[in-house]
Amino acid sequence: MNAVSPELDRRFRDAAATEGLLDAAFDFVDSPIGPLLVATSTRGLCRISYDADPERELERLSRDFGVRVLRSAKPIDPARRELDEYFEGKRHTFDLPIDVARLADFNRRVLRELARVPYGEVVTYGELAARSAQPRAARAVGTVMNRNPLPIVLPCHRVVGANGKLVGYAGGLERKEKLLRLEGAIL
Amino acid sequence: MTLPPFERFYEQHREEIFGFLARRLGRERAEDAFQETFLRALRAYPKLKHGEHLRAWAYTIAGRIAIDEHRRPRADADLPEIAALDGRPAFAQLEHLADQLPPTERAAVVLRYGYDLDYSEIGAALGSNATAARQAASAGIRRLRQKELS
Repeated sequence: MNAVSPELDRRFRDAAATEGLLDAAFDFVDSPIGPLLVATSTRGLCRISYDADPERELERLSRDFGVRVLRSAKPIDPARRELDEYFEGKRHTFDLPIDVARLADFNRRVLRELARVPYGEVVTYGELAARSAQPRAARAVGTVMNRNPLPIVLPCHRVVGANGKLVGYAGGLERKEKLLRLEGAIL
Repeated sequence: MTLPPFERFYEQHREEIFGFLARRLGRERAEDAFQETFLRALRAYPKLKHGEHLRAWAYTIAGRIAIDEHRRPRADADLPEIAALDGRPAFAQLEHLADQLPPTERAAVVLRYGYDLDYSEIGAALGSNATAARQAASAGIRRLRQKELS
């Protein structure tokens, strides 16, 4: 049978990444809250998606970063390692370079503040708006959280309603609760 | 048709390209040629202006690499026989000549006379069938001949 063996397939995908020929690479990472589609651009981690529809993600990555998008395990390995450690409770901050260059200024500013919210703590949408120098923009901050391209690593699960309720999460409230429970922010 | 993400192009064509290379080179050498084919495709991919004739394009790259592989002496490998290969880069001349043809005819002519693919392989590469490939190749040849005579 003249079929492409899994080894040959992997070798090509690795070589494509090693030779620096990809605009974006992606792979799936197993986690206690379901498989995550994780992607990296030439600049850094650029997408983490729950319940990903691979076709749609491919189109998005291709549009945002360039057509040379390929599934490849190797470039995702550092993120896989850090996410594994996070889910084992051994890692409280991520050291991965990230790529949010294509986002609007406001989104980037809010995400920068979000990244400063420590492990195991929560902040309200209003507080995060205030820290981003837009105290009346709680709702807009909610939208930025909803469209966060890098959940978990940029911890939008740590943002809650003014009454302390979890309110919403793009990946579903159940996941938000699990993440906060893992971090010991809720019992 | 816009250019699809490379992943999709690769998934769609890897099996038949590998089959094509394995028939020409034997399985072992086909593995290196396979990797080289898709790396070369990846390098050139962003320069493509549209997503048409990608299959024929993939075959063209693979055919070129298969010819290079054949020229490369390798004492340890048993080469499968290949017809109509006298070391003359017919494909290079043809590609230049066929530049003036419509894309399908051009691909059919180059793949038939430059790379010695049979019509069912060309049909597969063009997303049609052997009959259509034969017609496209002979239409292309007729057109070239007229140009030559005019």
